[in-house]
Amino acid sequence: MKKTIFYVLLLIFITAAPFMFPAFRTQLATLWLMIVVSMTWDMTGGQMGYNSLGNIFFYGTGMYVAAIICIGLVHDVGIYNDASRSEIMKFTDTQYFVGAIVGIIGAGIFCAITAVIIGYVTFGLRGPYFAIGTLGVAIAAGELVANWEWVGGGQGIALPVYPGDLDNGKLFFYFLFAVSGVVLFIFLKWLYGTRFGAAVNAIRDDEEKAEAMGIHTLRYKLTMWALAAFFVGIVGGISAFQLIHFEPLETAYQTINLGIFMVVCVLLGGKGTLWGPIVGAILFHVIKEVTWNYLLGWQWVALGALIVVTVVYFQDGLMGWLMHKKPEWFGVRIEKKESVGEAS
Amino acid sequence: MSTIIDVQGVSKSYGGVLANTDISMQVEKGGITGLIGPNGSGKTTLFNSIVGYHPIDEGSIRFEGKEISKLPVQSIARLGLLRTFQQTRIYGAMNGVENMLISMPHRKMRFMDSFGKNSKADYERADMLLDFVGLYEKRFLKSGSLSFGQQKLLEFAMALMNEPTVLLLDEPTAGINPTLINGLIDRLKRANTEFGITLFIIEHNMRVIMNMADKIYCLAHGKMLASGTPGEIQGDQRVVDAYLGAH
Repeated sequence: MKKTIFYVLLLIFITAAPFMFPAFRTQLATLWLMIVVSMTWDMTGGQMGYNSLGNIFFYGTGMYVAAIICIGLVHDVGIYNDASRSEIMKFTDTQYFVGAIVGIIGAGIFCAITAVIIGYVTFGLRGPYFAIGTLGVAIAAGELVANWEWVGGGQGIALPVYPGDLDNGKLFFYFLFAVSGVVLFIFLKWLYGTRFGAAVNAIRDDEEKAEAMGIHTLRYKLTMWALAAFFVGIVGGISAFQLIHFEPLETAYQTINLGIFMVVCVLLGGKGTLWGPIVGAILFHVIKEVTWNYLLGWQWVALGALIVVTVVYFQDGLMGWLMHKKPEWFGVRIEKKESVGEAS
Repeated sequence: MSTIIDVQGVSKSYGGVLANTDISMQVEKGGITGLIGPNGSGKTTLFNSIVGYHPIDEGSIRFEGKEISKLPVQSIARLGLLRTFQQTRIYGAMNGVENMLISMPHRKMRFMDSFGKNSKADYERADMLLDFVGLYEKRFLKSGSLSFGQQKLLEFAMALMNEPTVLLLDEPTAGINPTLINGLIDRLKRANTEFGITLFIIEHNMRVIMNMADKIYCLAHGKMLASGTPGEIQGDQRVVDAYLGAH
């Protein structure tokens, strides 16, 4: 009952937030993006023990796929992205919205399929090798796309601007991000309670044992990564329309920004927990915005210091620390000392 | 009784070390087969070969008539041939019940079944097996906080949860308090008779293996030294020599 009230209040707050803080609509939308990518990173990194540094690949690919679908439904993609093009290519309102929605969903599906293909190769790697292998995929993809003229090459793609009032546009993107975040949360809350969730945790805790018990490890790993990639692809697609213009190396396949931020968020909040990535993303976003505003010039130093402190002194993150201090809040029981039993 | 595991002429070497040379042996369905031998005689290597942990150099291993020497670990486990580890392996961060539920036989599930929640019957079975090994009282404790012996019992219960046809146990009584060993022997025997699971056991404790097994194989220096009933093995001078180091 208490929980229901909490979730209802939370949902009301999520809906009201962009109206309560109209000046921060884009900021809040970005916060949702951080929450979604952190939660999806935790699906493999925290729940399954596979620390991917390449999840940004799905973000960038999601952007491109969504944009290409939206453009391709109306115009010729090659001509649209040609830098020397002089004619103006327009989109009607219907073309924009249909293109955006179909593109975003298509981006999710495309990324899920690529996750299965890439995972089939990279899941042979364990530990740090998996991290480096996936990072390689993301970097290579960025370089390849940057040299592919059909999708705009190094200058990227410029999408049509949101038709109508710009403030409404900000609301539109806020809610697209928020809905994907809420859907993802509900989905994960359910997923982590299933046998599949337990099997994935078994892979994290001792993959060899899981194999010896006959768990379909590769199948579950691919499924988990595909599910994560689906949601990253979705928010990548939304970002494409929100940002209007994006280019391959700094925006789409931004391995050193968002690609690392999502990992830091999860570490800050606590790996392998449902709420950790969310709390971490909020904390990180606030810290990042404060340092970018008040420590300009030193913001990367501050960020680096935060990463170092988190990794060295605070590995379990906020939720992990709470779990350690207050295990009974999470339903974990530790064997009591004999003397305690006698005293009571 | 019919043969369920048939090992023929298996050899395995690690670099220059011949861990197993031309080993042939059979495990009878429904029985308890023992594997003994001094330290470093190649018992665990043979176990690992059977469960597909590493490829073998020569020979053939058949399970229920099917050649399994080329299959990977997971595929063999999914045929119902399960092993426990010498260094006990449980999921230490989870409690006993969670450990049991993870050990549900995934091979008997279709892919979509894995997205279901565990049924009441699954929980009851987990509780029943935890009770069977005597860990019912401690089922909600973090299993990493259990003693080594209790963790071994938990691993045994997890193996039973998986409903295997054959269970390969690598030193089930090693590191267990002597007072608990009798209880464990009793439970292993009951797993064999009540649940109908064929057991194949590596054991150092002679009293344990002589009490349980119908047939015993003895390895020494990677070769099959002797085989027979517990009585025959006990009376075999070569086995006695191997254990006392008369070589």
